[in-house]
Amino acid sequence: MHFIVCIKQVPDTTEVRIDPATNTLVREGVPSIINPFDENAIEAALQLREKHGGKVTVITMGPPQAEQALREALAMGADEAILISDRAFAGSDTLATSYTLARAINKIGDYDLVLCGKQAFDGDTAQVGPGLAEHLGIPQVTYAIDAQIVDGRLRVKRLLESYFEVVETPLPALITCVKQMNEPRHAGLRGVMKARKAQIPTWTAQDIEADVERCGLTGSPTNVIRVFPPQRHRAGEKLEGDVEQVVQTLISKLREAKVL
Amino acid sequence: MDFAFTEEQQEIFAAVKEFCDDVLKPRAREVDEAGEYPWDNVRQLGELDLMGIAIPEQYGGLGLGVLEWAVVGELLSAACTTTGAVYGAHMLAEYPILQFGTEEQKQKYLRPLATGEKIGAFGLTEPSAGSDAGNVQTRADRDGDEYILNGSKIFITNGGDAEIYVIIANVDPARGTRGLTAFILEKGMPGFEFGKNEEKMAYKSLSNRELIFNDCRVPAENILYKEKGGFRVAMETLAVGRIGMAIGAVGLAQAAYDAAVEYAMTRVQFGRHISEFQAIQFKLADMATDIECARLLSYQAAWRKDAGLDFEKQAAMAKVFASEACSRVCDQAVQIHGGYGYTKEYPVERYFREAKLFEIVEGTSEIQRLVIANRLLKEAKAK
Repeated sequence: MHFIVCIKQVPDTTEVRIDPATNTLVREGVPSIINPFDENAIEAALQLREKHGGKVTVITMGPPQAEQALREALAMGADEAILISDRAFAGSDTLATSYTLARAINKIGDYDLVLCGKQAFDGDTAQVGPGLAEHLGIPQVTYAIDAQIVDGRLRVKRLLESYFEVVETPLPALITCVKQMNEPRHAGLRGVMKARKAQIPTWTAQDIEADVERCGLTGSPTNVIRVFPPQRHRAGEKLEGDVEQVVQTLISKLREAKVL
Repeated sequence: MDFAFTEEQQEIFAAVKEFCDDVLKPRAREVDEAGEYPWDNVRQLGELDLMGIAIPEQYGGLGLGVLEWAVVGELLSAACTTTGAVYGAHMLAEYPILQFGTEEQKQKYLRPLATGEKIGAFGLTEPSAGSDAGNVQTRADRDGDEYILNGSKIFITNGGDAEIYVIIANVDPARGTRGLTAFILEKGMPGFEFGKNEEKMAYKSLSNRELIFNDCRVPAENILYKEKGGFRVAMETLAVGRIGMAIGAVGLAQAAYDAAVEYAMTRVQFGRHISEFQAIQFKLADMATDIECARLLSYQAAWRKDAGLDFEKQAAMAKVFASEACSRVCDQAVQIHGGYGYTKEYPVERYFREAKLFEIVEGTSEIQRLVIANRLLKEAKAK
């Protein structure tokens, strides 16, 4: 079986600050990490490979330094990694990104399951995975908390707001993974040493036969008008004491506020 | 001269540090208080390829050096001293087999140790023979193709939990150190039993058991090096072990220092953080200087070993300095914490108790000074 994991290199969220003047993320000096949900996707792929055999290929679209994220994935145990990098990809929104990743996956050709994190920590859109499945024309199952391959079909347990849903789909398919799915493994030293020496090919727009009109800023219909931190809500008021009395107080307060 | 780590070393240490921060450190107190051998941690050391760092790849290791082994030991000790001690004691079985073992012995015993599949231990110390190795009372009597071992060992780290043991016995007690012979023993051999686990001032979860040999028959092919060659095996093993102890002390001292700095920068007295008082600043400066000296001495000893240079003196210097520095640092870390430092609420009281071990184990400070002085006088005479 061939598992393809799409990852993104993001700034370490525990160190991110927002520049109050420009309302953009301050990225200078902030270490880069693999998007945490993507680590869950890598772990899921490694576990499926351990169970069913085959190989795990990790891909990322990004600048040359995103290669470091691929090496980290190789250190965890992925078999191969491909960097998809080209100036033409700069400024991609989720539509252009998912198109580009789809071109790369089509070039890889033979695969059974594509795994993504449920969303990126920096962009938070959760659109690339689903968009990618559409471009590839394969079934998608989002918010996977468990994924098993049973008799050649994929059975996924989805983590929804107040319940689980179990769905089945034929392969090839795409899933997006949630944090609760697994505990990503630490890289072993053998893996770290092997990953250092690994040759990671870079695929350009030409390599993946991408239509440059659909890539990067040109291929991105999204416009970010403004980025701002959410307003802080004031802390609520907690009513305590005898239930009857509390209910009465609550009703009168709600009346005062003209909610009732 | 170059004090920098290579990029590969940096990446290796970063990966280990991440494991230490995510896994070992958060559960260090729990592991210490459990009173049970930290199997889960130890298994993970194996899974992450940490159990055979300095063992060549053909025997299942990573093929790196004693320096890499030492720096990783420092990181482990800083995060969880108990786990660091298991790691250090494991090497005391690996190293003599690597250095003196036959190809067959290496394939059979070194490989499972290097992969972490099995844990190792080294047994020299006896109730009346620690520093005085010539007084080892455990006897080994030849009987055909076998040796029959009788006697006991005490304080053996990993004892009872380890599966592969390097044991020093005497085939000719009248000749003292010249009768010493090293054997490889396996847990489960008839007549190889385990006695009580020592109750110690600290390291409640570390095994330091008594090993008992009761007509224990060991095949002659399990002799390590050669009959009556055990003294050399023991001394060379202990020399590397001293680097391990030195670096373990550096790690623990670093943990105590880090705790002290964090406390000093958050604790407010007289309207300011106590880190703003010169009395505290001077303590921190002395602690950091002690640690830096101990670390450099330890790295140097490891580097000399890897470079094939004589390292015995430097290893003894590193061990005595680092262990005593560690005790000073841990003492001051408690002092900086004041009353809270004396409580279980903060880890420094545990560090304080753990530190003392390093001044005693694997050759007391006094023995280290003897080793150093012997070397110095030999060097002076040779001039």
